[in-house]
Amino acid sequence: MKLAVASGKGGTGKTTVSASLVSVWKDPVIAVDLDVEEPNLHLFLHPEITGRRIAGLEVPQLDASKCTYCGKCSELCQFKAISLMGEVVLTFPEMCHGCGGCIAICPEKALSPGVRELGEMEWGSAGKAGFLMGRLRVGEAMSPPLMRQVKEKLGKMTAEKNADAIIDAPPGVSCPAVNAVMDADFILLVTEPTPFGTYDLQLAHEAFQPLSIPMAVVVNRAGMGNDAVYDYCRSAGLEIFAEIPYERSIAEAYSQGRVIAETSLEMGKLFADLAEKIRSAVPESLYIMAAIKEVRHA
Amino acid sequence: MVSQKESDMGKIAITCQSPDLDAQMDSRFGRCAGFLIVDPDTMKFEYLENGQAQVMAQGAGIQAAETVARSGAKTVLTGYVGPKAFAALSGAGIQIGQNVENVTARQAVELFKAGKVEISSAPNSSGHAGGGGGRRGGGRI
Repeated sequence: MKLAVASGKGGTGKTTVSASLVSVWKDPVIAVDLDVEEPNLHLFLHPEITGRRIAGLEVPQLDASKCTYCGKCSELCQFKAISLMGEVVLTFPEMCHGCGGCIAICPEKALSPGVRELGEMEWGSAGKAGFLMGRLRVGEAMSPPLMRQVKEKLGKMTAEKNADAIIDAPPGVSCPAVNAVMDADFILLVTEPTPFGTYDLQLAHEAFQPLSIPMAVVVNRAGMGNDAVYDYCRSAGLEIFAEIPYERSIAEAYSQGRVIAETSLEMGKLFADLAEKIRSAVPESLYIMAAIKEVRHA
Repeated sequence: MVSQKESDMGKIAITCQSPDLDAQMDSRFGRCAGFLIVDPDTMKFEYLENGQAQVMAQGAGIQAAETVARSGAKTVLTGYVGPKAFAALSGAGIQIGQNVENVTARQAVELFKAGKVEISSAPNSSGHAGGGGGRRGGGRI
């Protein structure tokens, strides 16, 4: 199964929860950091990196000597990454989404594939778990194209080891967040009992609902703030699978880059119970079906 | 400052909020309401909508530059031009008068004819590329 650990608000504890779930997960599992803008799962899992690859996006390269200024490329492009200005064709590689349409449509074959570097991928292992992460190039604005490549690699890694995947997703509710959770079998929303936590949980819940993926909530720092987040979960029919207490010892362990589930028996049990609840919430037949579908698509 | 001789002036595109020479111009380039394409000798003008660029999530400046290039204008007078629109306009050989603000379109043409509009060699706005990001930040220590 693929589990996505997401949130509306940043800083609620996605990575804390992801790392702990990886640590207590009984079956083979790949931990993947899809928060490619600011990956940090490796700070807790301390993986041994065994492979690394630059990820690029196919952008058009112009051979001006072949161009007849027909403008078909520029008309096709929805992002103005290629533009015909009189008798000059201008390309804006940083605007390109890499669809390849302009290259395909050019009747003179004046366009050929070039590369814009998106970032890099690293993989390896963290204890018994597999590990994978993407890291967006500083200055690159689009993360979904890199995330797609990381997910492709993830598909290969999970298939190889017949493993589950735990995805540390980016915060927010925009394209990167949706991209990280859209093909998961289960979404775990991590929040905190504060007004911001409640508000952003609601946004995330609303944003992800159309995906028809089962969701549940983890309340982190339980004991601080107010009851609004519990009221929201009740009214929205969102089950709370775990509450992580608001305790100094947890913050200290976090600041030392430790996995919370490994800090005490109590925390170990909290996350083992959480993992069990997630497992039983996703009938095996469902994700096997999803895996079969994926194979067909591939 | 570049002084303009009447003879080599060509048509001027002015970013505007409405099709009226005496209305306040629009200081935005990519997302202006429209363009007045003015013949500076006769002050006759036509109006071009910029609606297509306004609704784009990204690339509004480039789209607007294409509209201007198609109009045959040789000069743009506006407030702020971002880097991509600047590259597009320059690529089309259109000269750019930036920092023209808080005047009517007619006054902008007069200023230009009097040589009081500086022709720019670099963009004066960092642009808004990428559109609505959306990290909901907080608590990243």
